[in-house]
Amino acid sequence: MESDFWKRFLQNKMAVAGSLVVLLLFAVSLLAPWIAPYDPSMIDLTQVLAAPSSAHPFGTDQLGRDVLSRMIWGARISLKVGFVATGIAILLGAILGAVSGYYGRWVDAVIMRFVDVMLCFPTFFLILAVIAILEPSIWNIMIIIGLTGWMGITRLVRADFISLKERDFVLAARVIGASDLRIIFIHILPNAMASILVAATLGVAGAILTESALSFLGIGVQPPTPSWGNILTAGKDNIDIAWWLSLYPGMAILITVLGYNLLGEGIRDSLDPRLR
Amino acid sequence: MLQYIAKRLLFMAPLLVGITIICFAVMHLAPGSPTDLQTQMNPRASAEAQERLRAMYDLDKPLYHQYWIWVKKLAVLDLGQSFSTDHRPVADKILERLPITILLNVLSLILILAIAIPIGVLSAVHQNSLFDKLTSVLVFVGFATPTFWLALLLMILFGVQLGWLPISGIRSLNYEYLPAVAAFWDLIKHLILPVMLSAFGGLAGLSRYMRSNMLEVIRQDYITTARAKGLSERAVIYKHALRNALLPVITILGLSIPGLIGGSVIFETIFAIPGMGQLFYMSVMARDYPVVMGILFIGAVLTLLGNLVADVSYAVADPRIRVS
Repeated sequence: MESDFWKRFLQNKMAVAGSLVVLLLFAVSLLAPWIAPYDPSMIDLTQVLAAPSSAHPFGTDQLGRDVLSRMIWGARISLKVGFVATGIAILLGAILGAVSGYYGRWVDAVIMRFVDVMLCFPTFFLILAVIAILEPSIWNIMIIIGLTGWMGITRLVRADFISLKERDFVLAARVIGASDLRIIFIHILPNAMASILVAATLGVAGAILTESALSFLGIGVQPPTPSWGNILTAGKDNIDIAWWLSLYPGMAILITVLGYNLLGEGIRDSLDPRLR
Repeated sequence: MLQYIAKRLLFMAPLLVGITIICFAVMHLAPGSPTDLQTQMNPRASAEAQERLRAMYDLDKPLYHQYWIWVKKLAVLDLGQSFSTDHRPVADKILERLPITILLNVLSLILILAIAIPIGVLSAVHQNSLFDKLTSVLVFVGFATPTFWLALLLMILFGVQLGWLPISGIRSLNYEYLPAVAAFWDLIKHLILPVMLSAFGGLAGLSRYMRSNMLEVIRQDYITTARAKGLSERAVIYKHALRNALLPVITILGLSIPGLIGGSVIFETIFAIPGMGQLFYMSVMARDYPVVMGILFIGAVLTLLGNLVADVSYAVADPRIRVS
């Protein structure tokens, strides 16, 4: 089973390409202090809005800071936001979905109506409304993206639990006197891990997109901390003179999100080829 | 049919209550009082004045009481007054900006349908062809493209470099002096980029969905029957298969409404379009809580209504739904 997974995964060119992108991003984020050619916050007023050159391959911004170096450090922010936000969403979604699917009846009804209500809100509105109250900061952003992104995972895990709880191994566990908590988390949840893993990978991509949009609007990661989104803000402010501020950070977002999406789809297809 | 609509409305009622509770809860997460912004800015505001202000907004009452007051006002569409210096009713501020947001979203919805459905159908009918593979790649790239970034690039290309299209607002400065036809053309030119970009976000999803729907329908027995009785491939695909594959699209359109409305914040801010999304962004920046709460509520209600319309149209189009 496990080896089948790897065989199928490695044969899937898109999935391999996606994982290479993701690995590369991890490497860049980890090695940022060593591979960034300049200090990302070093202001050089003699080099304001310099076009790409051999000294500054991606040009400089309105304060003369090196865009490539800021993008390398920005990769760290994306990674952090993507993982923490998705972590929160998965934790909430898995617990609520498990409880809902396992207990059924009114518990299920209440949780599912809550999911329906949350899905009525345009997510971006909800996020902005909470930010209006809580001050934009990287931690608040991560928490808010997580708190508004658990609904899909809840439905997914619930569906898994509804079919899994009827299986014999659950009955066996109950017969030997396992508690509900033990059955949910030790026996059933590991069997639902596959779909959670896929949702998590796609979730990281979504969280990175949301963070970049928020930072672009000036209500996400706050300058001087570099993020791909807030470099693009500078791109918009200098739209008629500095195209490089708009082009490169967006490409980084595109490639990153594409990488996670390909990886997620690859994992899904390899876990269960019938789903294709 | 009436019975079906009544059932849907009954199902919506608890959702509406849930929406009001969440809106209310979000706004009361705030540490401190929403009036702090007005009073702390003003060193001369005395303690009594602060109390009066709190009483004016009913902030001195217990929470459930405040909720009840708020819901009662909501029922008559009284969303309170804006905190900004004009102190205008929130409902007025939103209503005057709603038409342009709805216009943008309806136009982009039409554009999405007009492009995504043919793409989905063609790539399903010619599965694994070059066209199918090419669109699959484009769909993947489309999913991953931050639309606000694409907006920037197109603004640079069409607005700055080529100078073909305006990049901000919905009207030129000399709009009032233009003859009717030129004025209309002026409006169109301002709408092209925002509508195209807003549609872009939904294209990938719908064309992918349409493709898998179509693939599923093509494998059904009645399609084989249609082929077996000698119908032309054209009639089989565009008469028998397409109609059935189109049905679920109605639901997807309903589901895509929150995304479109949410996206209007980004487009209206980038292109300086005076719609509800821009108002929302400005109110968030200014911490104008009554307006934020009002738009959050209206956005959710619009979504709910969109879903209702989708459900009802599905029932009109497909009798099976009504019976079960």
